[in-house]
Amino acid sequence: MIEFDLDQSDVRELNAALHNSDIAKNQSKWKVRNTKGRHAIAVGIDETLEMLIDGHVGYYCAGMNKHANITVNGHCGPGVAENMMSGTVRIKGNASQYAGATAHGGLLVIEGDASSRCGISMKGVDIVVKGNVGHMSAFMAQKGCLVVCGDAGDALGDSLYEARLYVRGKVASLGADCIEKPMKLEHKAELKELLKQANLSDINVDEFHRYGSARTLYNFNIDNVGAY
Amino acid sequence: MTQEENLNSWLKESATFPRHVIAEIQRAAKTGLYDIRGYGAKRHVPCFDDLLFLGASMSRYPLEGYREKCDTSVTIGTRFAKNPIELKIPITIAGMSFGALSAPAKEALGRGASEVGTSTTTGDGGMTPEERGHSSTLIYQLLPSRYGMNPDDLRKADAIEVVIGQGAKPGGGGMLLGQKISERVAGMRDLPQGIDQRSACRHPDWTGPDDLEIKILELREITDWQVPIYIKVGATRTYYDTMLAVKAGADAIVVDGMQGGTAATQDVFIEHVGIPILPAVRLAVEALTEMDMHRKVQLIVSGGIRSGADVAKALALGADAVAIGVAALIALGDNSPEYEEEYRKLGTSAGYYDDYQDGKDPVGISTQSEELAKRFDPILGGRKLANYLRVLTLETQTLARACGKSHVHNLEPEDMVALTLEAAAMAKVPLAGTNWIPGVTKL
Ligand SMILES: Cc1cc2nc3c(=O)[nH]c(=O)nc-3n(C[C@H](O)[C@H](O)[C@H](O)COP(=O)(O)O)c2cc1C
Repeated sequence: MIEFDLDQSDVRELNAALHNSDIAKNQSKWKVRNTKGRHAIAVGIDETLEMLIDGHVGYYCAGMNKHANITVNGHCGPGVAENMMSGTVRIKGNASQYAGATAHGGLLVIEGDASSRCGISMKGVDIVVKGNVGHMSAFMAQKGCLVVCGDAGDALGDSLYEARLYVRGKVASLGADCIEKPMKLEHKAELKELLKQANLSDINVDEFHRYGSARTLYNFNIDNVGAY
Repeated sequence: MTQEENLNSWLKESATFPRHVIAEIQRAAKTGLYDIRGYGAKRHVPCFDDLLFLGASMSRYPLEGYREKCDTSVTIGTRFAKNPIELKIPITIAGMSFGALSAPAKEALGRGASEVGTSTTTGDGGMTPEERGHSSTLIYQLLPSRYGMNPDDLRKADAIEVVIGQGAKPGGGGMLLGQKISERVAGMRDLPQGIDQRSACRHPDWTGPDDLEIKILELREITDWQVPIYIKVGATRTYYDTMLAVKAGADAIVVDGMQGGTAATQDVFIEHVGIPILPAVRLAVEALTEMDMHRKVQLIVSGGIRSGADVAKALALGADAVAIGVAALIALGDNSPEYEEEYRKLGTSAGYYDDYQDGKDPVGISTQSEELAKRFDPILGGRKLANYLRVLTLETQTLARACGKSHVHNLEPEDMVALTLEAAAMAKVPLAGTNWIPGVTKL
């Protein structure tokens, strides 16, 4: 176990150690303390390791993560796990705006609520939010799944591409080109698996609705101009 | 007098409704769509042609052409990066996406630029192995769409360019129409094939310069403070944008004037938004000077650069380097008369072709059709680009030597005069034959 106290050493030293393969390859367990809302904690990791971040974090925690399994025992500022490629990021608290923005892969679990634009432009990541998500979530989402166990704010899935959205609670409103679609067996199976990975197997998949793209904005058509 | 000559002599074209305006109204009425095209602005705007160098004479002495050294090297990213970019010439290749351009065209840009010791830039859609492999110095763009963005490529880059805007469309997002979304392009962008792809106009994970400062911190942390970070803006409120970019922590600023090229943008956007590069260079330099950052945060300018004269004038106004887009494509073979017959079939002619968005480029540059792309030879294209870049450099040196400068960066506004009132006011150099700088000195 390697431990970083950010009151003693700074974020630069932590990230440098994480990027130093001589250190990171030989240390599978990491702990970070006294985070105090600092930005860019544990970004750009490219190793299979387990990390516990004990405390609240600022912007872009776990940004562009590859392979690592990171747990944040606190709340997160904007852009947590932005552009993540693989691995798992689990937030015990709430997440601010743009959680999982443009992420290409891996799993992001938010045990609290996520603010606006959760999963914006997501490109293959799976995001599971135990609580609610704010407005414009999954805006221009391209690939992957966004699972919301609570409610979703306004304009969910606006200008959505091929991402799949599962919401258990109420949806304040759907964004342009986002429609409700039937929950088929394959979707229930997919959702069940995602909830299992998120350690939320006790939630019943039958309570969810599925949303996706109506695909009417895929090629510009003047008759749809009102939707733009 | 024949009947036809008689007719022509009394026909008067309207200044308000000339034929191209009539044609556009007719086209709009027929299709219900705005005109989307490539290339840069076609209207005339005050530009570097409106400036002249004074050259040395009694009070200044020139340097001997071919004998006395006139250095052209430039270092970019000295502010924070451990590994600044070292270029042999102050002319770089602007960001043009794989998607907009074919893979062999991107390869040719890399070959040509590397041959003369300068950099190329990726674009919306990510980094291709061809491009990385053939570019000795490659700048990796971080765009709002984040198509193809990944930490592995980020770590392979020699510098990172955060794109906030482009001169052709400040405030607008990218566009790649369905016909160019081939399987490979779609795969790199995580999108279905054949759809019209509209990239966002705002970044997904930050808003405003205070956030951008933290975003840049994250990029530096991911890349261990090794590589320079540029910020690219379309020229609009350039004075303030430059100051904010410095505040946000940029190592270098790229300012792209309204003449700047594009792969696909609405014509109304290209022609009516942004300011020309002429005033923009001066505004950026004023902002940098005011912050005591001139030459510390490097300034790269683009938008309609065609010749060594343009390069020299941009540098004389205070830029550290320039970037070229359309001119580089023309050097590769774009708009070549060799393909006149095929241009005719597309309803255009060599010298007029601007439909980069269409993917039907006869020369094989702005296309994703494998068949068309095969026509383009990246080795020959690279050689032509290298030749062109050498000519630009020689021309720049010729002008600098004539002004008595041993480094092209020693050119200064004092070496120039303006031919028009507009240019004098915009560039803040005196109108030729006077001491008058409108807005600065009295007549
Ligand atoms: C075909 C083409 C594709 C372009 N793609 C991008 C892009 O992906 N990202 C970007 O920042 N600018 C892009 N640009 C703009 C150029 O980077 C540059 O700002 C502009 O071309 C400079 O003006 P010039 O063409 O007059 O030299 C593109 C331009 C062209 C012509």
